[in-house]
Amino acid sequence: MSVDLSQFLQTFFEESFEGLDIMESGLLELDPQHPDTEVLHTVFRAAHSIKGGAGTFGLSAISDFTHRMETLLDRLRAGEQTVTPEVVSALLSAVDCLRGMLEAIKAEQELDSEALSAAQQALDEQLALRDNGAKGGRPGAEQSAPAGSGGLGRRGANAGSSGSGSAPAGAGPEAGEGEQGGGWHIRFEPEAHLLTTGNDPARLFRALSDLGALTVHCESGELPAFEALDPESCCLSWDLELVTGATEAAVREVFEWVEDDAVIEITPLSGSAAPAAEDHGAAAEPAPESAPVAASATAEVEEGAEAAAAAGAAARPAATASSGGTAAATKSKPAKAGARKEAAKKSSSSIRVDTEKIDVLIDMVGELVITQSMLSQIGKEFSADRLEELQDGLAQLERNTRELQESIMRIRMVPISFAYSRLPRIVHDTSRALGKEVEFTMEGEQTELDKTVMEKIIDPLVHLVRNSVDHGIEDPAERQAAGKPGKGKISIEAYHKGGNIIIEIVDDGRGINRDKLLGKARAAGLVEEGEELSDAEVYDLIFHPGLSTHDEATEYSGRGVGMDVVKRNIRSLSGSLNVRSAPGQGTTITISLPLTLSILDGQLFRVGDQTYIVPLVSVIESLQVDGAKVSGVTGRGEVYHWREAYVPIVRLHELFDTEPMRHELSGGLMVIVEDEETYLGVFVDDLLDQQQVVIKSLEANYLRVPGIAGATILGDGTVALILDIAGLVEMSRGGSRQPLIPEREESDEAA
Amino acid sequence: MVKILAVDDSASMRQMVTYTLKQGGYEVTEAVDGADALAKAKGGQFDLVITDVNMPKMDGITLVRELRALPAFKFTPILLLTTESAPEKKQEGKQAGATGWLVKPFDPDQLINTIKKVVN
Amino acid sequence: MAEQSERQNLADDRTAALGTGADTVDAMQATADGEQYLTFTLGDEEYGVDILRVQEIKGWQRATPIPNTPHYVKGVINLRGTIVPVIDLRERFGMAAQEYSKFTVVVMVKVISGVRERIMGLVVDALSEVYTFQTEQIRPAPEFGAHIRTDFIRGLATVDDSKMVIVLDVDELLSDEDLAIADDQSRVAEAVRTAARVSKESE
Repeated sequence: MSVDLSQFLQTFFEESFEGLDIMESGLLELDPQHPDTEVLHTVFRAAHSIKGGAGTFGLSAISDFTHRMETLLDRLRAGEQTVTPEVVSALLSAVDCLRGMLEAIKAEQELDSEALSAAQQALDEQLALRDNGAKGGRPGAEQSAPAGSGGLGRRGANAGSSGSGSAPAGAGPEAGEGEQGGGWHIRFEPEAHLLTTGNDPARLFRALSDLGALTVHCESGELPAFEALDPESCCLSWDLELVTGATEAAVREVFEWVEDDAVIEITPLSGSAAPAAEDHGAAAEPAPESAPVAASATAEVEEGAEAAAAAGAAARPAATASSGGTAAATKSKPAKAGARKEAAKKSSSSIRVDTEKIDVLIDMVGELVITQSMLSQIGKEFSADRLEELQDGLAQLERNTRELQESIMRIRMVPISFAYSRLPRIVHDTSRALGKEVEFTMEGEQTELDKTVMEKIIDPLVHLVRNSVDHGIEDPAERQAAGKPGKGKISIEAYHKGGNIIIEIVDDGRGINRDKLLGKARAAGLVEEGEELSDAEVYDLIFHPGLSTHDEATEYSGRGVGMDVVKRNIRSLSGSLNVRSAPGQGTTITISLPLTLSILDGQLFRVGDQTYIVPLVSVIESLQVDGAKVSGVTGRGEVYHWREAYVPIVRLHELFDTEPMRHELSGGLMVIVEDEETYLGVFVDDLLDQQQVVIKSLEANYLRVPGIAGATILGDGTVALILDIAGLVEMSRGGSRQPLIPEREESDEAA
Repeated sequence: MVKILAVDDSASMRQMVTYTLKQGGYEVTEAVDGADALAKAKGGQFDLVITDVNMPKMDGITLVRELRALPAFKFTPILLLTTESAPEKKQEGKQAGATGWLVKPFDPDQLINTIKKVVN
Repeated sequence: MAEQSERQNLADDRTAALGTGADTVDAMQATADGEQYLTFTLGDEEYGVDILRVQEIKGWQRATPIPNTPHYVKGVINLRGTIVPVIDLRERFGMAAQEYSKFTVVVMVKVISGVRERIMGLVVDALSEVYTFQTEQIRPAPEFGAHIRTDFIRGLATVDDSKMVIVLDVDELLSDEDLAIADDQSRVAEAVRTAARVSKESE
């Protein structure tokens, strides 16, 4: 049969990446002082699976490399080698390397041989450590070493079995003759339980007859009386004569699976069948005697083999306990593993939904159908006295619709654990590189948020957590000097609050040095001399581009690049950031995000005959224009004097080329909007309601339009555009009277 | 048709085993770990079980032991997929009641040949 | 098979939309080979689009204008919860614009560009017929010279020995470049903006 194995590769890659994630998080979880055997089992199993798959699918580079990891992990879980930070590091870099190899193979690219040999060397160094340690005297461990060393294992096992086979044969003087003889005599005395191993003597005989001409003599002497007959026991034994050119090893291979469940004696047939039978007959008396001897000899050998195996097993006390222990260990994992599965697939746009959520939806649709039929019934036979009924029906419809909407939104909700997955590694690597000790905890992993929000929050979280290790947590010495434990603590927690998801990152580090930060900001001209700021305002400066309180930039802190990006990303999700800090006690960063991006609270307003929506989070104030506060700027724009600042005025009808109802600013309405601390005054004809709107994509069937974030459908079925404040701000920088798209020259100038 | 229960936590191995066996004319039911396999075994009859050893929730050895305790699986051939690096698993498996084993990595032909050894 | 029946269903819908005419039915019976085209008129001219691309026919409804888009993009409408742009074909072809009336028809077509599928509405004067054309019946359009684009004309077909139908390629007709005059500029603007942001960050 020819089976194209490459068709399974995609699945292999997917599960291998998942396996690597599991290995990574497991390794990060390991506490060298108290290694959790169950975690080691999980990590081992992941490596083992990758190796197995790689071997099967012909990826020898992967299986060879994974074999090293597996060997090391096997020793760790067996307690043969101590879990040290170095060993964990070597394994982590091996995980990275393996991931790189898999990615390269998947992309049909060359393997990075440099990275491979580096990772391999790191592993080998760790493997060598144990070898030295073993000389210190752990005989059991040493014995099991060849078995553990894979490639040799199989050959070793074969040699062992043929060795045990040849022992009784060697005892017979005719052994040599047998090799060139016409076949084999086989004594097969299965133990009573043979059938309960699923082995069937008939199958064995069939396999033997494939090797040559087989004669079967059945001995039923030990068969008990019929009433005592246990149909599940095998009480028969057989003498078999096989005329064949096959070697003893080939014959023995047929019995490979039943070696331990039967006495198997294989002796060469003499030159011809008749003398052999005669021999057998003649030896009838001595045979019973010699048989037990041979049998016991065999048994001894087998026992020896077993003893060796037992020694191996003893050397890995954990291995025997594995069956029970692993079950418990993995029970807590499925959610996590599932999460990783999702994470691995996040590049595709599909989403895995709990059937439970779908069942809820189906129930709701059921209710909706009932409401609908009730309403249509009222409609058919309507009379004035049924008005109340109609109102009830409509109220029910409204409730059904709202619930249905909420449930549909919930389908897009995924646990935040997807976003958490990279964090432990970040903490591990960063703290190691900086010589810090950090205990990292994650809570609220099952807190759900919109899939899109989740994907976009990953990078900011990584950045903030890394920042906490770098800027927050002090060196162990510094901590101890301050009377704190040498090991710092960072925790991340997510929970729901109102319509938002709150993520808190807390460290018990040195806190933010308010004066130093303010000093830097003053030096950079961000804060004027003499200007007093609240704590919140000062702490918010850490998100300002170009400010870093670190005296020396490190690989991890960079130069203040990044924190501003964090803020921008969170703002783009309509979220907010809040920093609290106490000197010497630590810093808490709180992120608040909307649960979903598909609904927003909007301020509706009108310009000309069109309704527009501006996200409520961007609205600072709505006011009536005081003509005295309007000034022109070089004839190119207008500004409004508002809260001691000059805010550019945007006449939407000009930007959007529509006909407004009102041209005169003075006495008109203006909405002050903000994006990243840039303010705009949007001049509108009329302010309407504030309401929740469902965001619809304009791009799905059309294109992205500058200044427009999307659209929504109003109660009357018409479409209203949602403004993109950031886009408007950008446009307004070209001068509010400029056309929507800045001219090239001007843009160059701006750049 | 001969019904086979194929147990492996690795999706790619499962796919490969299932595909090969189906090509070979067998009817295949998949299980993702020992616990899943045990549940499926209790819900149906199989002519052969082929299982991986290292699996979460319930490993292959435990599965063999549990299956052998079921009357319907007392004599059913059960094959273990062992690896060359863990020969002791063969013994452990045998003691638990496994019929035999197949050493990974194996190719589809080896798989079919081994299956043919235990089922007609 | 599935396609065939889809074709038939669509054709049936069309027939219903058009009012059943004898020749329409004739056209329908010829579905065994050749492709079906829905035709509509713009002034005196008759245009055809592949019927498989036609999603549905709607009467004109007021569209919400989108700022800074080509004049022939009339805006967006709500098509059962999705936002769909509507393009006036007369204006697209540079013909004199016409007042919309209750007879003005919007043909919703599927536009494919790469892996993207979009639904767009085409404002036309009136629907005409459903014809079946064999591939060889559609002849390439002659060159009109450099100033007239012909890449969105798949070819010309003749019906009833005299009438000419201009067969349109909607994918070419409604490509991104055609939908956004400002597109090039906005891309430039976007690039400039990005550059400005980057330079700001690296300061």
